[in-house]
Amino acid sequence: MADKFLQIDKVRKVFETKKGPFCALEEISLDIRAGEFVSLIGHSGCGKSTLLNIVAGLLKPTDGHILLANREVTGPGPDRGVVFQNHSLLPWLTCFENVHLAVERVFGATERKAALTERVQRALELVQLRHAEHKYPHEISGGMKQRVGIARALSIEPKVLLLDEPFGALDALTRAHLQDELMRIIADGNQKAGSTVLMVTHDVDEAVLLSDRVVMMTNGPAARIGEILAIDLPRPRERLALAGHRRYVALRAELLEFLYRKQMREAA
Amino acid sequence: MSSISVLNAVPKPIPLAPAEAGVLRPAMNEAKAASEPPLYVRTRAPEWLPRLLAPLIGLALFVAFWEVLSRAGGQLPSPLSTWHSALEVFGNPFYKKGPNDQGIGWNVLTSLGRVGIGFGAAAMVGIPLGFMIGRFRFLSDMAAPIISILKPVSPLAWLPIGLMVFKAANPAAIYVIFICSLWPMIVNTAVGVRQIPQDYLNVARVLNLSEWMVFRKILFPAVLPYMITGVRLSIGVAWLVIVAAEMLTGGVGIGFWVWDEWNNLNVQHIIIAIFTVGIVGLALEQAMILLARRFSYE
Repeated sequence: MADKFLQIDKVRKVFETKKGPFCALEEISLDIRAGEFVSLIGHSGCGKSTLLNIVAGLLKPTDGHILLANREVTGPGPDRGVVFQNHSLLPWLTCFENVHLAVERVFGATERKAALTERVQRALELVQLRHAEHKYPHEISGGMKQRVGIARALSIEPKVLLLDEPFGALDALTRAHLQDELMRIIADGNQKAGSTVLMVTHDVDEAVLLSDRVVMMTNGPAARIGEILAIDLPRPRERLALAGHRRYVALRAELLEFLYRKQMREAA
Repeated sequence: MSSISVLNAVPKPIPLAPAEAGVLRPAMNEAKAASEPPLYVRTRAPEWLPRLLAPLIGLALFVAFWEVLSRAGGQLPSPLSTWHSALEVFGNPFYKKGPNDQGIGWNVLTSLGRVGIGFGAAAMVGIPLGFMIGRFRFLSDMAAPIISILKPVSPLAWLPIGLMVFKAANPAAIYVIFICSLWPMIVNTAVGVRQIPQDYLNVARVLNLSEWMVFRKILFPAVLPYMITGVRLSIGVAWLVIVAAEMLTGGVGIGFWVWDEWNNLNVQHIIIAIFTVGIVGLALEQAMILLARRFSYE
């Protein structure tokens, strides 16, 4: 059970296009343990976001199915917290209200108002944004918006956290800062949610730094899992200390080797 | 050299700005001159002065051209005589001497009332309809041919049908306003619904929000700016159309007043009516722009 907390079982995805069927994913199977951090890495267009969207329930697989804690995923639901690449905050709601929308949906029926407010505040506390809770998304920076997005996903205590290139749109320094913050949040034992994570990324350093396993996908169409790399670096991981770490350098080289030699894009 | 340039530079704008301002907007400018250091006024005055002067110069040229035209002969009254006539008309805007002879205030208010009722009814029908057409593809395809055919029809073409159905002038005029306000409201609301970014809807799907919550928290706020654009266009068209409709239906109203004064051959009053319609229309437009600004998010 714990070894197969999230099961991706022989998932295929074929899109119907004007030029006929387009096979995006070909028989993907992957089991993720409870508490595991798994990254999907591959060139753009390899279908990694498609796979994440299938797990999120936003897309239906053509064949195969997804099991989360032994229950089949049939559609989107708040047992999975999704962080979108472009934050997807509602611009007419404050940071507080954006998170509250999610909290109210999940806990509104069973908890009193004060408890809901406290949950929202705790989620914003976690990403260190209590001070900006009454600001609107257009009043805060890109990094802060993404942090609110993370807070919103965590606030509903999902069984699994799905991150779709969560830091892709940020500058390098902000990205590093948020990666560290995400590691801290996930390592935090008091945090009920968010310990199991599936993340889509195209950033090799990000994948190695954050993950327990990195799933390398082949180029589409009909993308498959190419190799799976276990990242056996001890936690907590320290960005600066790792930079010269021999194992880190070796893992990183292995990923690069896969991406740039074995899966060199013909077109690009 | 430097002392001369300082002398030249500093005192110049100080007498200039308040003198100009005294004519235009006394309160605002006196406050400025008193509270701000002269250097700031100096750098700023050249920037906004032309922007304030340009419209005034435009208006002055317009009036001058009008004066020349009126002197050239014909029956066009001069600006000055029109001005005196306007003072008279606006001196007593709310008199009532029988059903066909009322002050300009009553005429304007009656027209605004018709626009308000017709427009309000159109909003109550058009906005929900626009939401449904925007949300459901089938409804959109169903409504498309009807809207495309009826939208370009002059609202006045509907007047005979209104007269036939209601057998009275006033509801027929309101009905014409209703028809002409309806299309922009439906179309803009529907476009707004269709323009909602997929990201926002994904948030709703991921959280499994109820339809009511989706409407309240996502659809409605996302569409509001488009709706207000529809409202703005509608009010503009409605105000255009009411004058023509009232000319045809009679009774009380600014459009009827124009027609009545034409029958009296009182051209000054017609010109006053034209400016009144223009200024009221401008005020409606500006009010809508303010409203739109209040509800823009980015």
